[in-house]
Amino acid sequence: MTIGEAAGLKLGKATRDAFGAALKELGREFPNLVTVDGDVGNSTRTEVFAKAFPDRAFNVGIAESNMVGIAGGLAAAGKIPVVSSFAAFLLCNAFDQIRMSIAYPGMNVKLVGTHAGISIGEDGASQMGIEDIALACSLPGVAVVVPADAISAKKATRAMVEHVGPVYLRCGRIEVPEIYNADSPFVIGKANTLKDGNDVTIIANGLMVGIALDAAAMLEKTGVQARVIDMHTVKPLDQDAIVKAATETGRIVVTEEHLMSGGLGSAIATVVARTRPVPMEFVNVGDCYAESGDPDGLLRKFGLTAEAIIAAVTKVRSR
Amino acid sequence: MADATKLSIDQLKETAKAIRRLIIKITTEAGSGHPTSSLSAVEVVTALYFGGFLRHHKDNPRDPKRDRFILSKGHAVPVLYSALCQAGYYTLEQIMTLRKLGSPFEGHPNMKRLNTMEASTGSLGQGLSLGIGHALACRLDGLDAHTFVMMGDGEMGEGQIWEAASAAEKYRLSNLTAIVDQNGYQQTGATKDVLDMKPFAAKFEAFGWHTQVIDGNSMGSVVEALTKVKTIQDRPTAIISQTKKGFGILPILEMAGDLNYHGKPLSKELAEKALALLS
Repeated sequence: MTIGEAAGLKLGKATRDAFGAALKELGREFPNLVTVDGDVGNSTRTEVFAKAFPDRAFNVGIAESNMVGIAGGLAAAGKIPVVSSFAAFLLCNAFDQIRMSIAYPGMNVKLVGTHAGISIGEDGASQMGIEDIALACSLPGVAVVVPADAISAKKATRAMVEHVGPVYLRCGRIEVPEIYNADSPFVIGKANTLKDGNDVTIIANGLMVGIALDAAAMLEKTGVQARVIDMHTVKPLDQDAIVKAATETGRIVVTEEHLMSGGLGSAIATVVARTRPVPMEFVNVGDCYAESGDPDGLLRKFGLTAEAIIAAVTKVRSR
Repeated sequence: MADATKLSIDQLKETAKAIRRLIIKITTEAGSGHPTSSLSAVEVVTALYFGGFLRHHKDNPRDPKRDRFILSKGHAVPVLYSALCQAGYYTLEQIMTLRKLGSPFEGHPNMKRLNTMEASTGSLGQGLSLGIGHALACRLDGLDAHTFVMMGDGEMGEGQIWEAASAAEKYRLSNLTAIVDQNGYQQTGATKDVLDMKPFAAKFEAFGWHTQVIDGNSMGSVVEALTKVKTIQDRPTAIISQTKKGFGILPILEMAGDLNYHGKPLSKELAEKALALLS
């Protein structure tokens, strides 16, 4: 079964493709928009922008620390730099530079990590950003956005550029199902409820939203009404949506394509514990590195499936 | 925008002395800080701000047309606060709050709290990359603004600087100047013993930069070097400014038995002796 099939969704583009296309469109509107790349622009899709605006695109070679520092300087001089690489290399390699040259001085830099999660596939664990959300969320003042499909990724790219201050946008490599339509809202910090239900709430983002919708469709056949929330912004979190879900459904399952530590689950658990404590379960990569393999096989092997979400729902409802 | 102040060599020397006195006063008052790392850099910073090499404007510190000075060796920020005080940006009373709770004159530059700081630094190795960003942005905007970045010789061990050296050459950034304040010491000892990165000039030359090696505590040499920077049209310049850590109060440091004296303020007693020496 492919992602989104049980929920009746059709396959769309990858979020990175939508990001690249959106960036090119925004380039006309925002003359101060520039890109800084570390020689993976053809993978991150900033190449689309670079071809349209060659004077405003800087490929500084395989040097992520310098890449991020240059973006900090460009922002200090009034530009809106979009600096991108694979999520693993952007956040992990250049973390100190993101901290000192971007987050601490509050620079208006847009950090875009693509190829996030284990669904990057065959290239293996070294290329998979699975600790990026934890790292980005740890930085004061940085907004963290994880769109679920191409349509919301396009809107997220605009929202990111319009937002004043540092933003981390996380994109994936593979094609994902279309969840939204052109009229759907996308506001940084405001979650989208995709399906109503009062028996349990499944909160997801990124690739896991489609899988959560599959799980909800399968649960519905067994008489369980699951609410599904796309928590596309991990920081700042939509606290109201979480409290409402905890109050109205009494049970929460959080799923994300990230390590257990420091991701969406941790962020939501903090809000739940402080406001409306209810039983929670978590479906994520856990505390391990993955391996090479095809994306579907990896998602199955590392437990990121509708079946795993259903098992978590069963468990949380039994508590 | 007003032109930069342009003092004569003799006036610059007197100004440097005044800046040294301020460095001693504020670090001793703070009871912590890096006076010797600041003192080595005084001639360069003085020449930049008072010798007509850095266009800056007290009433509009963030004027887009300004030249930039980025202090990558952020722990030496007392030299910058003192120079700005001398230039009339701040009062002595203000900079005497150095490192105290609530003061914007933090132990390392914080651009969010002081609009005269071009960068927030204190994690070494990042200033040159930030300088490239400024230089690229100024070029895109058609401004002839120049960006100067000062680094320490110990700091040159950071790999990011050499990533930046490559990128600056790729973009032929003639509006960027790197200044290595080569004072010979880093935290735990002599730079040549900790990590010998020499020769800096040959390294920058290999990266395609124009280079100059100067006596960085000689005002005449500094002024000559900065004058030459403006004539280089096709590539970035690196000035290897050979200095002495604690220059200006070396007899005091000898008396204290520590020529490095890293990260320590002078005691009130030593500070008095130092101020007398600099009077």
